Amino acid sequence: MSDPRRIVLPLTDEMVAELRAGDRVLINGRLLTARDAAHKKMVALLQQGGRLPVDLKNQVIYYVGPTPAPPGRVIGACGPTTSGRMDAYTPALLATGLKGMIGKGFRAPEVIEALRRHRAVYFAAVGGAGALLSRCVKAAQVVAYPELGPEAVHELIVTDFPVVVINDIYGGDLYREGRRQYAVHQ
Amino acid sequence: MLEPDVLSAIGQAKEREVSPTGRDILAQLEDNASLAARDRIPICQDTGLTVVFVEVGQDLRLTGGSLEEAITAGVRDGYQKGYLRKSVVGHPLVRENTGDNTPPVIHWRLVSGDRLKISVVPKGAGSENMSALKMLKPAEGLEGVKQFVVDTVSVAGPNPCPPLVVGVGIGGTMEKAALLAKEALLRPLGSANPDPVLAEVERELVDRINALGIGPMGLGGRITALAVHVLAFPTHIAMLPVAVNLNCHALRHKTAVL
Repeated sequence: MSDPRRIVLPLTDEMVAELRAGDRVLINGRLLTARDAAHKKMVALLQQGGRLPVDLKNQVIYYVGPTPAPPGRVIGACGPTTSGRMDAYTPALLATGLKGMIGKGFRAPEVIEALRRHRAVYFAAVGGAGALLSRCVKAAQVVAYPELGPEAVHELIVTDFPVVVINDIYGGDLYREGRRQYAVHQ
Repeated sequence: MLEPDVLSAIGQAKEREVSPTGRDILAQLEDNASLAARDRIPICQDTGLTVVFVEVGQDLRLTGGSLEEAITAGVRDGYQKGYLRKSVVGHPLVRENTGDNTPPVIHWRLVSGDRLKISVVPKGAGSENMSALKMLKPAEGLEGVKQFVVDTVSVAGPNPCPPLVVGVGIGGTMEKAALLAKEALLRPLGSANPDPVLAEVERELVDRINALGIGPMGLGGRITALAVHVLAFPTHIAMLPVAVNLNCHALRHKTAVL
């Protein structure tokens, strides 16, 4: 395992070009959160020719619905949710300039192809490590769709938020490669 | 919070995992559990749809209102005061959040005696979504059952947050098999199946699942399942139902007997 590489958002084409499947990355800066309901609303808006409530150009979306922050805390548990549920919406958001996504689990072939076409990257965070990941979040506020409750779009300011590159722009796929390395053929 | 049986299974898995990335992830899961306990925040943000198994002793007389309403009120209260996420939509097609994580899914059973046993198992969507059920032909037999379990875990890959606990229900009818698979998750990790035939099936399934190479979080490794738990029930001469209920490493369960 290589040492993690520290990056500061926003994510540029040059930064994306340097990332390869399997790279461990510590993310710093502003993440936007969105999951099922927010994706549905944003893509419906784009289809109607509307403008998104937040500009996604060079941004990274984190697929998460945090637990409520207990008193004295910035946020509750905030680990990644399953990315595949967002696959139907992702190519449309990548077309607006979105450069990265953090979640967990497989992406559809159409998303992997869209990553290559739009030069964007898919990261995974450790699923179920919601308490550990909450320590990297220094500030959190709702920036769109407050009516969606845990599914509202939040802005998270993170420090050294640990992720690993799953799909890069070169067709690299850590899920496929990792499994191949450890599979025992019976 | 994680129960000691789950924590100890993760600890043992860390000793056995050959992938350095896999070991690192298992260590992070241990850190996450102790941090969550210390700071009193959930281990995982998906605090689940609340599944409740209730065993009511038939000699018991309950007064003062409906037990179902009391359980629902308990869920509402617990999710509010415990700063847990409200993850329930009131209608599966309209999809508006109920705001208090109710209603729970309650499974009732009337048993002998005069006790009331309540087990609460909040179920996250990541692993529930990758669960599956199939009505096999009896001719497919034990090998068909095993293959379906292994295929379900293989297709799920990283999605259900491995390492997993795999609950398997064999027999009964369609809904009985599904319920058995969920009930199988309640058995403490590390305990042996009292049925020697099923115990052997469990051992083989763990080995075959771990040979898939999926590993912790699907990044490659030899620990994909912490355990496989199988329950069986008599079935029809023409049926062989099998249900596979996956649970992530964040297997949360608590039982109280009143």
